[in-house]
Amino acid sequence: MANIDRDQVLHVARLARLELREEEVERLGAQLNDILAAVSKVSELDLSDVPPTSHPLDVVNVWAEDEPRPCLPVEEALANAPEREGNYFKVPPGGPA
Amino acid sequence: MIDTLRLTAEEAARLLREKEVSGAELYAAYRAAIDERDPELHAYLHVCEDEGGEGIPIAIKDVIGTRGIPTTAGSKILENYVPVYDATVIERCKAHGLRVLGKTNTDEFAMGSSTENSAYGPTKNPWDPTRVPGGSGGGSAAAVSAGLAPWALGSDTGGSIKQPSALCGNVGLRPTYGTVSRYGAVAFASSLDQIGPVARNVRDCAYLYSIIAGRDPADSTTVELPEPVALPEGEDMKGLRVGVPREFNEHEAIEPGVRDAVQRAIELCRELGAEVGDCSLPSSVEYGLPCYYLIAPAEASSNLARYDGVRYGYRSANGRDRLEMYERTRDEGFGEEPKRRIMIGTYALSAGYYDAYYGQAQKVRTVLAREHAQAFERFDVLISPTSPSVAFELGSRSQNPLAMYLSDLLTIPSCMAGLPGLNIPCGLSEGLPVGLQLIGPQFSENVLFRVGYALETAIGFDAVPTRLR
Repeated sequence: MANIDRDQVLHVARLARLELREEEVERLGAQLNDILAAVSKVSELDLSDVPPTSHPLDVVNVWAEDEPRPCLPVEEALANAPEREGNYFKVPPGGPA
Repeated sequence: MIDTLRLTAEEAARLLREKEVSGAELYAAYRAAIDERDPELHAYLHVCEDEGGEGIPIAIKDVIGTRGIPTTAGSKILENYVPVYDATVIERCKAHGLRVLGKTNTDEFAMGSSTENSAYGPTKNPWDPTRVPGGSGGGSAAAVSAGLAPWALGSDTGGSIKQPSALCGNVGLRPTYGTVSRYGAVAFASSLDQIGPVARNVRDCAYLYSIIAGRDPADSTTVELPEPVALPEGEDMKGLRVGVPREFNEHEAIEPGVRDAVQRAIELCRELGAEVGDCSLPSSVEYGLPCYYLIAPAEASSNLARYDGVRYGYRSANGRDRLEMYERTRDEGFGEEPKRRIMIGTYALSAGYYDAYYGQAQKVRTVLAREHAQAFERFDVLISPTSPSVAFELGSRSQNPLAMYLSDLLTIPSCMAGLPGLNIPCGLSEGLPVGLQLIGPQFSENVLFRVGYALETAIGFDAVPTRLR
């Protein structure tokens, strides 16, 4: 089922916001094909009547009271910022979001 | 003189209570052990200063956020990250007076089975420093086995507590999903991640679990325990039904020495009064690994989207615009394994492939849960090796991702079903510890502790690494 070519590796890397270096494109591409071939084993099973599991416990709709509480002070929220300006996180300009 | 290689947390608590040692003396004893042995082992990424107090020291895996103490998740992308709040489990430990000794090494973002994926270099196995301690929580397991902490917290997604405990010869619990808060922990695969205890024996493990478990309003996936944690005391297994799943005990990847040690423990269960029977979980071992390596990377690719160089963590200086900054930050900040998993996960979730990969894997997950539930109609607990092999040599699997993934062959299936699992050491093979895995239904931790304690007492394993005795 799986056979990812170079263009697909670059496409997936772009979706994941990873700028891969040339040697990574080659190495990762080969490894991805091996790994996908191994995990494609799941398609051997006919599971058309089996519901999916997204969560291991039977927990639904956990509600909480809407009570105001103190939030993180601005200085702490910005404490780990790579770059800030005033009370904002600063990023390079331009480019798509 | 405090012998940190043999002191249990329970005994440490007694010494403190009866004022035979002070909190400062106890803390200093572990700091001295760290100074002596950690340069060789590299179990710690960060060692703390004593901030006073009379509680028992504890080591914390570096994927758990600690206020004011660096938390790197073993990644360069979080190299200078210092959390401004404590994870809920840390708050609970502090409320019990526990004192953080330091942060322990881990595979980057807990992705790995050997700690060799840490951006800060591997941890060595205290039994043989040419071998891996397992992973991802190799730092916590090695620290406990080498007497560098009486106990520790780890985290387990597909085996990261149980497998290192097996390879280092100590006791580790992966709790039932939802019993321990994940608030403040670095997320890897949220439907699988659980924080849990690593200790030198089963009673300490149960005690630490009792401290961290319980519902947390800050993590809406948590639930209240149906019954309080009971510290095990009984040394028999009367009235218990122990299942031996064939596929977990006869797989070709299991080393003969591992199989023999676990077989002896299964015999012991009979001698201790348990009813022992064979069973089959036909899909769990065969499909567990492929199922996990779709679901975990898919969730990881989503969770790791937050590392973008904007709010915290590493930022590349080489981005001319915002998109370039994101892409270069992530390329320069993430190591090989997270990149690999982000790529697999992004692909498995991408348009056109979702149903065939992620959707199908979620259905396999249902099959695994049903198979286990069926087995638990006949048995209270299932027994098998934890790891197919004893600790392997550093470097022997690091060039082959698929070979490394096989390390978790036997721990993964029950994780997919949200079940608790306990590792206890059951003997040596080639001079290295063999771990035995006990799996129970959801919320059966007390049964696992009871079985683990009875076996531990009967086996009489000496948890101090031979070369350190």
